[in-house]
Amino acid sequence: MNLHEYQAKAIFKEFGLAVPKGIVCATADEVREAFLAMPGSKAVVKCQAHAGGRGKAGGVKVVTTAADAIAFANKWLGKRLVTFQTGDQGQIVNHILVEECGSIARELYLGATIDRAKARIVFMASTEGGTEIEKVAQETPEKIFKVEVDPICGALPFQARALGFKLGLTADQIKQFTKLYLNMYKMFKTDDLSLLEVNPLVVTTEGNLVCLDAKINIDSNALYRHKDLLALNDPTQEDPREALAASVGLSYVALDGNIGCMVNGAGLAMGTMDIIKTFGGNPANFLDVGGTATRERVIEAFKIILSDKNVKSILVNIFGGIVRCDLIADGIIGAVAEVGVHVPVIVRLEGNQAALGLEKLAKSGLNIIAAHSLKEAARLAVSNAN
Amino acid sequence: MSILLNKDTIVICQGFTGSQGTAHSEQCLAYGTKLVGGVSPGKGGMTHLGLPVFNTVKEAVEATGATATMIYVPAPFCKDAIFEAIDAGLKLIVCITEGVPTLDMLEVRYRLEHSDVTLIGPNCPGIVTSGEAKLGIMPASIHLKGKVGIVSRSGTLTYEAVKQTTDAGFGQTTCVGIGGDPLPGSSFIDMLKLFQEDPQTEAIVMIGEIGGTAEEDAAKFIKEHVTKPVVAYIAGATAPKGKRMGHAGAIIAGGKGTANEKFKALEDAGVKTVKSLADIADGLREITGWQ
Repeated sequence: MNLHEYQAKAIFKEFGLAVPKGIVCATADEVREAFLAMPGSKAVVKCQAHAGGRGKAGGVKVVTTAADAIAFANKWLGKRLVTFQTGDQGQIVNHILVEECGSIARELYLGATIDRAKARIVFMASTEGGTEIEKVAQETPEKIFKVEVDPICGALPFQARALGFKLGLTADQIKQFTKLYLNMYKMFKTDDLSLLEVNPLVVTTEGNLVCLDAKINIDSNALYRHKDLLALNDPTQEDPREALAASVGLSYVALDGNIGCMVNGAGLAMGTMDIIKTFGGNPANFLDVGGTATRERVIEAFKIILSDKNVKSILVNIFGGIVRCDLIADGIIGAVAEVGVHVPVIVRLEGNQAALGLEKLAKSGLNIIAAHSLKEAARLAVSNAN
Repeated sequence: MSILLNKDTIVICQGFTGSQGTAHSEQCLAYGTKLVGGVSPGKGGMTHLGLPVFNTVKEAVEATGATATMIYVPAPFCKDAIFEAIDAGLKLIVCITEGVPTLDMLEVRYRLEHSDVTLIGPNCPGIVTSGEAKLGIMPASIHLKGKVGIVSRSGTLTYEAVKQTTDAGFGQTTCVGIGGDPLPGSSFIDMLKLFQEDPQTEAIVMIGEIGGTAEEDAAKFIKEHVTKPVVAYIAGATAPKGKRMGHAGAIIAGGKGTANEKFKALEDAGVKTVKSLADIADGLREITGWQ
């Protein structure tokens, strides 16, 4: 689960990390008042949306008059911000964060994530803050310093000092950096994060360390033990169909093709998308109906797939493991009849009692095409979508 | 021969009396698995599916001599269940449950580093040694005793590979679903090592997916240590960046973990890759000369 910058910064503050003074606003009036409350008649106004690349897309600006602040608010509130990460739809901006604008001497990077190969939390720091860190990692990996945290001992001050000196910090800044490092680790563990990023971490002209941006990603599997964080979820930042699917236990991701897919299992769902592509088609979605494709789930899945008006055909690919395929076929027939599916549905059933299931589908009298292999199913799905 | 599991392996089930534990224990028994009892705290002394129920794993192990367990307890309790199994001296732990927090697995992995225990999963379909025994939720009917070792990050994709090798008449030694989480108990490398050493396994099918670098690491291992023919398929070539495809581990983050990178690493290691999941058996035919 992702958080907005202002939510992440509130959590940063809880853990004693220095963030700029800021006020989150939902209206232009609030933006004006917040601007007037900032020191030095200067402020940064930032669109709050779940997307990287906000700055480049015009969603972050330094303003020096209340009128400019209001103009920015009127330009963005209720509008969609399109960045290189959002796709053409963009993300709706419902809040603007107004922050004090200090003077910056240096921009650094500090992040923490889980290294899968090592099964450790790792911290990464770089002098190349403010830019795309992936680019730095790829082009100049020697500019990224890494530290692995021992799961038993946790983060230790010596690691912070080692990183801090590599970043060229002064003795006094090293103290601030150590506190920052230890608290970031504490936050990572306490809140079950999968990503924690401060980019940039700035050194102000006064020589202080401040977290200018804050990015947090929470492990969805752990949300059951973080009701407080779950409450911060902003459904307006999600694709409405993806959110609806999640609420009925389906895993759905919208794509831009015209062949709807319904598959049991995430891996097989990806494999099905891939095979559609090799036959020259374009999948409209990823959809995992879960291990047991019951009639209720299949009905919901059809509804969600069909809410995408681009869908011209639907490929159902079910590997019936323990569940009998003839029962799955009943579910599909019932669902197609109930939902009123108006596009061709190509079904490939495999596994337990598959032949019986296919026979039932063929005799249903509905617009269902029974396929006898995955390749045949993909070919039919593509030809029926064109 | 086979890896990890055979018809003589003595097995218990944690979460035995729950609905999942019950349903799948019945299936495992029907397949011939030497399942001798289970654990459900507070229900010790009962009989379930005609087998004894114990309060703790330690009691179950002492009474039955079990060396393996399959875990069906809900995700919030999995870390505890795995630690209990390790503490009781079990050598093979199969955790089926999905949704285990990554930081829980971080602690489990650390514990495993200091033990000789093999954990398969979580979020996995389990293990089947074809014709002998199964631990987990894989459908029994598609398996055929034979000569291919199968290892996969995904459940239903494992079934595809099993079905194709059965239809082709090659059959399987052991099939392992290692699970789709970011921090699985066992890696591709752990299983490749075992398949390489197993005399019955003549060829290996490896099924990966986007996200992480497990496949790239496996490729490096294959290049150096695996002499048996390997066929690999990677799911998710068409998946967009930054979107999680169902599995917690299946996400292309920061441009890393794409299917193309994985295919390339595997090809460089001499692995026969197939770009369509329908071609796994054909890939085996091509690389082994089997008919």
